[in-house]
Formats: sequence, C-alpha cells, structure tokens
Amino acid sequence: MAKQMPELEEYKYGFRDEHKAIFQSGKGLTPEIVRTISEMKGEPEWMLKFRLKSLEQFEKMALPRWGGNLDELDFNDIQYYVKPSEKQGKTWEEVPEEIKATFDKLGIPEAEQKFLAGVSAQYESEVVYHNMQEDLEKQGVIFMDTDSALREHPEIFKEHFGTVVPPADNKFAALNSAVWSGGSFIYVPKGVKCEIPLQAYFRINSENMGQFERTLIIADEGSFVHYVEGCTAPVYSTNSLHSAVVEIIAKKGARVRYTTIQNWAPNIYNLVTKRAVAEEDATMEWVDGNIGSKLTMKYPAVILKGRGAKGMVLSIAVAGKGQHQDAGAKMLHLAPDTTSTIVSKSISKHGGKVTYRGIASFGRNAEGAKANIKCDTLILDNQSTSDTIPYNEIMNDNVTLEHEATVSKVSEDQLFYLMSRGLSEAEATQMIVMGFIEPFTKELPMEYAVEMNRLIKFEMEGSIG
Amino acid sequence: MSSLFEIHGLKSAIEGKEILKGFDLTMQAGEVHAIMGPNGTGKSTLASSIMGHPKYEVTEGKVLLEGEDVLEMGVDERARAGLFLAMQYPSEITGVTNADFLRSAINARRGEGNEISLIKFVRLMEAKMKELDMNPEFMHRYLNEGFSGGEKKRNEILQMMMLEPKLVILDEIDSGLDIDALKIVAAGVNAMREPDRSFLIITHYQRLLNYIKPDYVHVMMQGRIVKSGGPELAERLEAEGYDWVKDELGIVDETVGQA
Repeated sequence: MAKQMPELEEYKYGFRDEHKAIFQSGKGLTPEIVRTISEMKGEPEWMLKFRLKSLEQFEKMALPRWGGNLDELDFNDIQYYVKPSEKQGKTWEEVPEEIKATFDKLGIPEAEQKFLAGVSAQYESEVVYHNMQEDLEKQGVIFMDTDSALREHPEIFKEHFGTVVPPADNKFAALNSAVWSGGSFIYVPKGVKCEIPLQAYFRINSENMGQFERTLIIADEGSFVHYVEGCTAPVYSTNSLHSAVVEIIAKKGARVRYTTIQNWAPNIYNLVTKRAVAEEDATMEWVDGNIGSKLTMKYPAVILKGRGAKGMVLSIAVAGKGQHQDAGAKMLHLAPDTTSTIVSKSISKHGGKVTYRGIASFGRNAEGAKANIKCDTLILDNQSTSDTIPYNEIMNDNVTLEHEATVSKVSEDQLFYLMSRGLSEAEATQMIVMGFIEPFTKELPMEYAVEMNRLIKFEMEGSIG
Repeated sequence: MSSLFEIHGLKSAIEGKEILKGFDLTMQAGEVHAIMGPNGTGKSTLASSIMGHPKYEVTEGKVLLEGEDVLEMGVDERARAGLFLAMQYPSEITGVTNADFLRSAINARRGEGNEISLIKFVRLMEAKMKELDMNPEFMHRYLNEGFSGGEKKRNEILQMMMLEPKLVILDEIDSGLDIDALKIVAAGVNAMREPDRSFLIITHYQRLLNYIKPDYVHVMMQGRIVKSGGPELAERLEAEGYDWVKDELGIVDETVGQA
C-alpha cells in the first residue's frame, strides 16, 4: 500500500511543471484562482460549483464584529494555494534560527524538525505508517488526505461533506469551503474500534500543515476513533492566515475523540471552525490545545442531536505578548438526556489576552439534559488579562446547567513554598502552571503529554522578572 | 570555627510594622533548640524571615549558615544551602503530585546531570512514607490538596526527611496533631538527628518536647529571646505558664502589639 505514495508524488510534480508561473504571484482571491485550484486537483464538477458558491458567500459575508481584532487581516495579501511541491523547495538553511532553537529545546529529532519546518515532505515513519495502514485497511477504515478521499471515495465523501459546517456558517467557513486543500479524511465502519490513535503525522503527506485544510471524520454506528493532529513544535509559516474546517459525524453509539495541539507563530491569524454532530448515544470529545498565534478564534462545537448523546470539550489556551486567544466551546442540546462538559483552562502572560467564549444551548426537546462548564484562568503578571463570556440559551425547563469560573494568579505563598524546597522561581512557576493544565495534559497520549510539558517549560522561560 | 547557625540582631517587619526587634541566637552543629512563647511574640515571623518569605522585610541583622549570610540569598538558594522550614500552613498546589514535586526538589539540589534515578527515588519515598505511617496513595495525591491538618504536617516531615537539610526549622509542627501523630512526627525528627544537623523547634506547647528532647530552650517575647535555659525551663513553663517570666523581667505586654 505504501507504493501509492510515490505515484502521488509524481502526480504533484507533474502539476508543478505545468502551472508554476500562475502560482508564484498568486496572491488575492478571485473565481479564476478557485477554478484553477479545483482544476489542478482534478476535482469533479460538483466540488467546483461548491467552491465557487462558497466564494460568493465569502464575499457577501461581513467579518465578525465580536471576538478578536481582525482589522489588520488583509485578504488580498494572502496566497490561497501553495502547491506542496513548492513548499518542499525550501531548504533547512532558510528556516530561521529561532525556530531551530525551539525545535532543539523541545527535543525533536532532526528528521522530524525538517518535516515540521516544511523542508521535507516525509517524516521518517514509514514502517509505523505502513503497519498501521495495513491494519486499518483490514478493518475497512479509510484514513487519507481529504483530496485523495474525494477522488477515491466520492460517494461517502459527497454524502457528508459540508453537512456539519455549511459554507454559509461563517465568513471563514465560506473561505475554507472555497479554497480548501488537504486535511484528513477518516471513515470508521460500523462497530470498528481503532485501538491506536490515528495521527496526522503518519499520514505521509506534505499538505498536513496546510493553511486551509478540511477534515472530515465519519464514525459509523458503534465505532470508536481517536484522531490526533498537530504537535507542540511551533508551526512555521510565511502565511498569516490559517483557517481550517473540521467536520465530524458520530453516528449512533459511536465515540470520537479529536486531539489537537497547535503552537502557532506570533504572526498567524488562526480562525477555525470545528463542529461535530453526535447522534443517539454517541460521544464526541474535543481535546484542544492552543498556544501562540496573533489571534485565535476557535470554539469547538458539538450538536447533541440524538437522545443520550454526550459532548466534551477540554481545552487550554496560552496567550503571550501581543497575542489574543479567543477560544471556547459550543454545546447545542437538541435531544433529551444529552449531557455536555466543558473544561477550559487559559493562561495569559507577558501582556497576553485570553477570552473564554462559549455557548450552552438547550432546545425545546432537551428534556433532562445536563451541561457542566468550568472555566479557569491563570494570569501570570499584571499586564495580562482575561475575560469569560458565557452565553446560555434555555428553551426547556427541565435541564441542569452548572457554570463555574475562576481567575487566579500564581500566589506569593505558593511560590514561596515551592522555592523554600529549592526550586528556582522559574521552576516553581512552571510547576504551578503545569499543575493548572494537568487536567488537559493527562488526557493526551503519552508522547504528547511529554512534549506539552516541555513546551510549557519553554514558554515559561523568561516569564519571570 | 564558626557555629552551624547564627542569628545576629535580626529585625524584621511586616507591612512596615517591626515584629522582630533584634533577635540573637547561636546554634552548634547537632543541637536542638526550642523556641517557646505565647502567641503574638514573633515566633512565626522569625521562621518566615529566616526562610525569606517576601511579605517580611528584614531591616537589620545577619543570619549565618556555616558562616554564609543567607539573607543575601534568594529563597531557593537558602533551601539549596541547607535550610528547611516545616511550615505551619503549607500551600496546596493543584495538579502537581507529591512525588513529582519532591523529585523536582531533590533534583534542584543535586543539579543537572546528577538527577536521582526514578527507581531510587520511589524506593526512598516509599521507605520514608512508611516510617511516617503515611498511606502510599499520598505519593500520587496533589501536593497538600485536601490533606487534613495532620496529614500536611506529616508531609512536611516527609519532605524534610527526603531533602536532608542542615538546619531544620519546625514551625508549630505540633499544632493540630493528635498524640499518635505527634509521636510519629517526633520519631521522624529524632531519626534525623545527626551530629551535623541542627533543629530549631518553634512551639507553643511543651508537649512536643517530651518526644523531641531539646538541648536548649528559649523564651521569646516582644520579638526577641528574653530567657534561655535547658529542658527544665520548658517543664516549668508547662507547669506554671509564662507569667512568672514576665514578672521576673518586668514585662507587662509580651506581644509585639500586632492587634
């Protein structure tokens, strides 16, 4: 099966020879660019129409007036499609020293560093990938990049694509729908439980780090899948806008967990729409870590559509100097006996700003539904700020809603206590911060938890004095 | 040769109010000193000032550990130099397990490249917890979170045993302990007594001193030591209270007038 890969590579190289000139100067967004993207990908007519209609939507819609400041975002100054083969053209020497230094501090092996920095398209894990892929195929699991899925599994693709996040949902969903490229596609058949987390890492494809990636996960009845995306290394990109759409459908009795850790460079606008539909007795869990970026606006949502469906969002947001994390969660209870949990942990430092923005909504049919929301913020210095903005909509009398919010600072007494045992001020602060996000870290797969702790340690360096 | 620990003319204030008013004490290696006194005489301020709590401002004096002035050091440096304060009200740190914390603290002393191995650490911690009759689950509980008063005190002693400091200050370690817990804590302290380690025990009651025999007993009033003696002094204080000391020295108000 790994043999497919070289073919795919050649295919892409073929494109480059033909269309190179157009895409070297291709900033801004026009129907022609959308057409070209679709044509280059060899897409069916319906997808082209979908893209063009989405572009119209995008142009019609205003920028959101809530959330973060988008004034400096210039849609004409963005390259909407960069061919993977061109991304590979970068050399290791061109990657900024500070990025390399961060990789080193995080203890990431060089092969992986090159992959992360976009220098090499393949992260050397082919053996693992190959074995995993074989195993999954035996079970009938489809796991590939979204472009390939459109070609290879057109029916199941068309049936679900755009059903959870329609293009008209918001301006950035419309934009993504017009220019999307890459992302993951997963289909898990009835009753199949994937024991090993599926990781974007192993889906050897240079479009992993795409800026408009589109992910679609369909978990059929009674199945289970854990998808892990991103990593703790800073995402190095010359492009300033990342706008992904993630759609998840958890059918009756299925369980899906989606884990992301993203550490964006400070020039990035990270405007992402993540939404899942949970049918009867299905469980959807978002584990979402957001570090860095200029502005992140991201509110993973679960539409609890069937009786007894469960939703969970567990998130952390870390905002440093000049950064704003406007993040939260949405739980829409549309059926009886649905339950949801939101645990949001935010940290602001060096003048960073964190906002929790969330919705808990109970429809008329949400008899006996329960929601539990907990937002904790840790502020590390006097220049940093936090806000909590919860919205509740309740259309049924028989529901339970609990909301708890705390804002704390690293206390003098805690620091003194830890330091009196020999820890330096920086070590003591790190320890308090790591303890604060522990409910998040403990949910991560082991290797990510280790990386996460290293990252926090790194982020906290220089936080003192 | 200098003494293990010396305090000279220590003055310390909180929020601009002077509490310690020229405190002097000299301790030789291996000695146990008890500081007794009624409430509000500056005992806990002494402990916090020596360790360097940021709320207390030391305005005058010297505190020497093996001849080095610890007042010139940061709190963490004082700890690494060999000071240990078992606190009256230890902080709770959520999300950080007792074991993780202690291992970090041990490694902070040992320095990079010389970290204790995980297995060695776990064995050591298990052994010490057993000595203190602590439930092994406390290893993985979050630091002091949800601990009862007595459990916190035991946890302080556990830290002392694992960090092996040179000078130990026990600040009201007996408060909130029932007699069984007190005996266990005392046994833990006694097991740590060594020719090159000294203890400064701050207590309100003589009870603790039945189990940890001090070499010297000092009475603190008005922010300084007003009377010193041997163990018999503690016994007399237990039997007769503090009034006779006040009468003898002509002290009307023994406190530093905090209220």
